[in-house]
Amino acid sequence: MTAAPVVSVRGLRVYYGTLRGTVRAVDGVSLDIGAGEVLGLVGESGCGKSTLGRGILGLLPDGAASKGDVIYGGRNLVGMSEKDLRRLRGPDLGLIFQEPMTRLDPLMRIEDQFQETLEQHEPGLSAREVRKRSLETLGRMGIPPTRFRQYPHEFSGGMRQRIMIALALVLRPKLLIADEPTTSLDVIVEAQILRILADLRRNFDTALLLITHNLGIVAEACDRVAVMYAGKIVEEGLAGDVFAEPAHPYTRELLRSTISLDTKELHSIPGAPPNLITPPPGCRFHPRCPDAMAVCPTKEPVEQHLAHERRVFCWLRGPEQAIPAGGTSPLEREEIAVAEEA
Amino acid sequence: MQRKPELAGGHASPSAHDSALVSIRGLKTYYSIRGSFAQRLIGREAGHVKAVDDVSLDLGRGEVLGLVGESGSGKTTLGRTLLGLVPATEGSVVFDGREIVGLRDRDLRELRRKMQVVFQDPHASLNPAMTIEQSVGHPLEIHKIGTSDERRRRVAETLDTVGLSPPEQFMVKYPSDLSGGQKQRAVIARAIILNPVLLVADEPVSMLDMSVRAKILELMLELKREFDLTYLYITHDLATAKFFCDRIAIMYLGRIVEIGPSRAIYENPRHPYTKALLRAIPEPDPRRKVPRDLPRGEVPDAARPPLGCSFHPRCGQAFEVCGWETRDLRDLLEQRWAHQVEEQYEAERALFDDISVLDSSAVHARLRTGRGVPGAALAGLLGSIRDENPSEPFWTGVEQVATETDAVDIRWREPLSPRATGVGDVQVECHLYDDAALEEAARRREEGSPHTTVGGTGTPTRQGAPEGSA
Repeated sequence: MTAAPVVSVRGLRVYYGTLRGTVRAVDGVSLDIGAGEVLGLVGESGCGKSTLGRGILGLLPDGAASKGDVIYGGRNLVGMSEKDLRRLRGPDLGLIFQEPMTRLDPLMRIEDQFQETLEQHEPGLSAREVRKRSLETLGRMGIPPTRFRQYPHEFSGGMRQRIMIALALVLRPKLLIADEPTTSLDVIVEAQILRILADLRRNFDTALLLITHNLGIVAEACDRVAVMYAGKIVEEGLAGDVFAEPAHPYTRELLRSTISLDTKELHSIPGAPPNLITPPPGCRFHPRCPDAMAVCPTKEPVEQHLAHERRVFCWLRGPEQAIPAGGTSPLEREEIAVAEEA
Repeated sequence: MQRKPELAGGHASPSAHDSALVSIRGLKTYYSIRGSFAQRLIGREAGHVKAVDDVSLDLGRGEVLGLVGESGSGKTTLGRTLLGLVPATEGSVVFDGREIVGLRDRDLRELRRKMQVVFQDPHASLNPAMTIEQSVGHPLEIHKIGTSDERRRRVAETLDTVGLSPPEQFMVKYPSDLSGGQKQRAVIARAIILNPVLLVADEPVSMLDMSVRAKILELMLELKREFDLTYLYITHDLATAKFFCDRIAIMYLGRIVEIGPSRAIYENPRHPYTKALLRAIPEPDPRRKVPRDLPRGEVPDAARPPLGCSFHPRCGQAFEVCGWETRDLRDLLEQRWAHQVEEQYEAERALFDDISVLDSSAVHARLRTGRGVPGAALAGLLGSIRDENPSEPFWTGVEQVATETDAVDIRWREPLSPRATGVGDVQVECHLYDDAALEEAARRREEGSPHTTVGGTGTPTRQGAPEGSA
């Protein structure tokens, strides 16, 4: 990335309290997203990827607290008042959810939903401009003007999701977070939506964080990818590089366990992701890692930079001087039972 | 690690086996749509959805058949009809020599010991108030099998078989204590505890994380070998189906559009829909980019299916006989307008009066022009749309455009319904593989002489043919 990033996340933590203890859903995450760039965020369910996406926008679950920095436009969103945050959401920060039907008002025509959104955030616009902007954005998503006055239930699932995306884009946000935007859609419609999202960078110059559990989607639609495990980023780099040659064992195992058309042999990662109340010490992946070494449960891995802006958190990548004597010998541990799984 | 089991013998058709375990013939399952309150008062139905529309297939003993389709394809209804959970409207389902269609509930219950089902959502499949022992042992209780001690032993054995061991540790737990993968193992344990011969698995892994899917599929393959099971694997996911299935049936809007051995389907897909599905699967391959040549639109409303071949509105290869009609013109216009600036759209829209005449499905439409607009102007617009993209398949279906003073009269060619045709070792329901349909299309192409004007103001029409040529 050459230009200054649209958003810069540094050491972000999002913790929330439950009856069983404090859940460290996001635990010290740093990442940048540039203008016109698509960053994919992948991980298994419960790894904290959705909480991270919401945490960046300051949308926290009840009883949650966040720490660290989310620098956007020279200001830190962490600790910002709810009033200031609300002003930024929409024109600056957008969010696309998984279930479009639950986010569109079923009693409002599409036209009215756009009008309300635009009037709220850009009160200076004339009625003509509101209409023009709305139709133009909808058109880019393939929604014809003839259907502008219809209600959400009159549209198919894929069209509703495109309307949702248009509703977020009509305000021309600089940062857009899309949380599993295609999960409930069929594969052809999913590909249609991905094509639209991949084209966003050209048309809108938006910085996009695309959260998904589907590695195939990342490979096809993203410039860079960040892999998350148990509240932490374990590897980040150019999508092509990471997929061609994963640097972290978790990334490698996740890729191997993905069932694709090329799958000749089934593969799975033993064990299950840890709970985030009492995560394992040291590297959180060490209990499941086929390459774990003696050092892994004792010290948390440090960020290592590889070629092409790749960074990875794994003792296999060093630094050697930080590994205690004998730390590179294979880790001895007990067998993981078959049923210990997610 | 599990390898894909080699197929025993030629699986071209299950008739290669001694006899089919399940034989489905001409099966139709229709759901009636309830209309308005007034319509219901006078006992009238607003129509029906053909969820399963004339399906015939065999399921061989020990075979894994993948039933693949998008949501709304009817794949789940087909599975449920096969289990007798949904009454068939017409046709026959013979399971292990017995006809299921029309069977009384009591007889069905007896048969259900032999056929079990695993649903998609493991969280919703287990009663949250029952322990795992109670849930998994429930079928034994329903069918009054064994003493309570014997049942307990059987539950423990079965839990062990599905990998929930030590069983004692899981028997006392409630579903909420289990992870998604563990719950699905418990659901599978409950399904196999009666020693069934057929297991219908409806999206058994699609709600699970990638890292768990492989484990559940492995378990199902092991069980199949150990207990000689036959599977109907219902899924939208062609990638897991490829690994898992001996044969694949592709469903679209209630019909099986392609069926054959897995290898043939994946290596050489014939139906344009199968091709599109395969192309659309996101692959974790860094060299691949988002595919551009995707079918447009979505699965249409099954209550109002397209004429002719149901896939034709989305098909890039559709031609004269595939069933072009009014609604396709509306889609064409709307897609054009979606990408225009507002002024241009307003100008073009003003040429039309009411375009909702295109909403009812027909092969004839009389499009009135907007106030004060001559029919020739509207015909001119249609002509220029066609000239901009002459390869658009829609135009192959237009038989005649007649210009009137204040209207344009459009007639489409008669649709043909596709028939199942054998191509190699697969069956495809697509006109592209049907010689009769191709000949008919060629005949229509020749008959359609351009520049025939019919009754209008003399403006040349795009495509004309004598009345009743179809």
